[in-house]
Amino acid sequence: MAERCAVIGIGQTKHASARTDVSIAGLVREAALRALDDAGLDWADIDAVVIGKAPDMFEGVMMPELYLAPALGAVGKPMMRVHTAGSVGGSTVLVAAHLVTSGIHERVLTVAFEKQSDSDAMWALSVPQPFSPPLLAGAGGYFAPIIRAYIRRSGAPDHIGIAVAVKDRLHGSRNPYAHLHMPDITFESVRDSVMLWDPLRYLETCPSSDGAAAMVLASEQAAASSPAPAWVHGMAMRSEPTMFAGRDQVNPRAGRDCVADVYAQAGITEPRREIDVAEVYVPFSWYEPMWLENLGFAAEGEGWKLTDSGATSMDGGDIPWNCSGGVLCTNPIGASGMLRFAEAALQVRGLAGEHQVDGVRRALGHAYGGGSQFFAMWVLGSEKP
Amino acid sequence: MADTEVLSSPHILEYPYSRSVGPVIGSFLAGLRDGKVLGVRCGSGAGERVVVPPTEYDPLTGEDSGEMVEVGPGGVVTSWAWESEPLQGAPLDKPFAWALVRLDGATTAMLHVVDAGSAGAMATGMRVLPRLVEPSARVGSILDLACFVPEGSDSPVRAQPAEPGNPAQPDDPAQPDDPAQPDDPAQPDDPAQPDDPVTTLSTPIRLDYRFSAGISQSRFLRGLVEGVFIGQRCPRCAKVYVPPRGSCPTDGVPTTEDVELSDTGTVTTFCVVNVPFQGQAIELPYVCAQVLLDGANISFMHLIQGIPADEVRMGLRVRAVWKPPAERGPSLESVLCFEPTGEPDAPYESYEEYL
Repeated sequence: MAERCAVIGIGQTKHASARTDVSIAGLVREAALRALDDAGLDWADIDAVVIGKAPDMFEGVMMPELYLAPALGAVGKPMMRVHTAGSVGGSTVLVAAHLVTSGIHERVLTVAFEKQSDSDAMWALSVPQPFSPPLLAGAGGYFAPIIRAYIRRSGAPDHIGIAVAVKDRLHGSRNPYAHLHMPDITFESVRDSVMLWDPLRYLETCPSSDGAAAMVLASEQAAASSPAPAWVHGMAMRSEPTMFAGRDQVNPRAGRDCVADVYAQAGITEPRREIDVAEVYVPFSWYEPMWLENLGFAAEGEGWKLTDSGATSMDGGDIPWNCSGGVLCTNPIGASGMLRFAEAALQVRGLAGEHQVDGVRRALGHAYGGGSQFFAMWVLGSEKP
Repeated sequence: MADTEVLSSPHILEYPYSRSVGPVIGSFLAGLRDGKVLGVRCGSGAGERVVVPPTEYDPLTGEDSGEMVEVGPGGVVTSWAWESEPLQGAPLDKPFAWALVRLDGATTAMLHVVDAGSAGAMATGMRVLPRLVEPSARVGSILDLACFVPEGSDSPVRAQPAEPGNPAQPDDPAQPDDPAQPDDPAQPDDPAQPDDPVTTLSTPIRLDYRFSAGISQSRFLRGLVEGVFIGQRCPRCAKVYVPPRGSCPTDGVPTTEDVELSDTGTVTTFCVVNVPFQGQAIELPYVCAQVLLDGANISFMHLIQGIPADEVRMGLRVRAVWKPPAERGPSLESVLCFEPTGEPDAPYESYEEYL
């Protein structure tokens, strides 16, 4: 990348199953104003706005960016909307970051949101398709067979998914913004919860949330006065078709290629040793061991052993994953990826509060979307790259 | 059916969206229910404006907007377009004008409709008055204000001026009076639940699409009527796609060679669906599986029956259960389900690369 880029402001809403107290504009402003306040900036200081959200079906507002432009102070400024399904929160950040690393803008506001309570994600993701039987059953119905394939391929025992569900909920109970707060969750309560999409249980599944996230990204010059910038050390996006003969759906090549690019930019050769915390898009419990392998933290087939050893817990693990509680605690779909990127930044800046890990120097933020066909990732550091 | 005919089908997306409106639009809607139009002050000094409908923010700067103020009831048409054939669901069921109306005291114009009788009665700059629906029928919606009518027209104006003490001041738009309180938008003598704030709007949306299956998929769908699965082979990598998509996603070349496939195959992976949701049409629980037909290089999703859900397994050999010929149509629904063939399970290695 040509110019350096840093995160100098972060904001997010209180996430909930239904934020009926706000409009969509009110929701995105709640996050954006907090990010501006964190950065010590005002609307007028922003050069450009990049917004992202998942399918418009969720709210039934076509191209909401048109109506949100004035709500985000974008009048007279460049504004664009990014859409890459569930990974959009991450790719939105990266499009914004490119506006800085390219040297075009000094301060870019990036925002992502979803207001799932305006409709029903199960419906929006399961619309019967012409000429086909109505078999689709939401994202869980799509991903559960892939999880079954992972379990078969790796020989992982059944309790791994349950362990992730418990761990992320315990992490999330320390995050005041998280949608779900379940400090009393137990292995038994997850195990005994309803099997929604066998092999996926209810408590191994992410919630539907209303929420928004925002960040201010700045050039090196604009970040000079920031007390705690988080520097971009590497960032990349990759995609691949949803279906093609011989596609590895369990360990998609686009994810492997994407992270290899990011690590090369950041000079990382041993991710488990060189990355201190990771915020990874895990909407269903089993995606933790699957992504541990895809992202190079474990050899293929070995990710579940890392989870099983407690390595990904912030209570004693050496590579804590999803200290914020992750997508399993908070899932405003369009914002879920940006929350991963923002939580990684909070850790690097030392501002994550009760879920802060000590001495974080480098953090990974990750998002994926669609049928595991879109990937977006970045690595941030406390030092300039 | 001609062999090259492209099949198409209605594709309807429909949902009763429920919008939370937030405090500012909520006050605006509550105001309409109470028979008045509210705007909001934005900016200050010489730059002060009254924005109608009100926003939570100054649209020019992004700063928070200020206090809410009543505007109107009359206003000026700043632009308009005649609608001679109203569509179903239009605000009026007779010809009308879509119009931008700048209400007295407002800086901005609001989109609404004018019931003028004919296009000849419309003019930019004309003055209009609101016609409200009966108080008992108001629900907190933009359509509580049924329409505008030309000032001085013979049309019965059922609207009461919002406030007797708030005469229109058409030449003094920067001085709206009677600031309303966002948290207390209703007046004591209002008919409908004056204390209920308007928090949500029901917005049913229906989109009527026509889905076109394309040439290759149409050939596949016609095969289903005959009880056969027709796939297509990539001329470059030789992989067989079913349903065919007309091109190979790996090589990016057209697939033109049709391949008739067996109606037996292997379950590569599956899940047992046990979650109810709107629009669901199959009894729970059901087994939704990826079925790899013999001779194909890609699996597709279908239903597994004829075996208890907890006995379905990866590698299970299955055969299509077809509807009787007379009941078949060009749809994968012509296959009721797949059921076990009774053969031994396929070895994992035989389908591993399709996971």
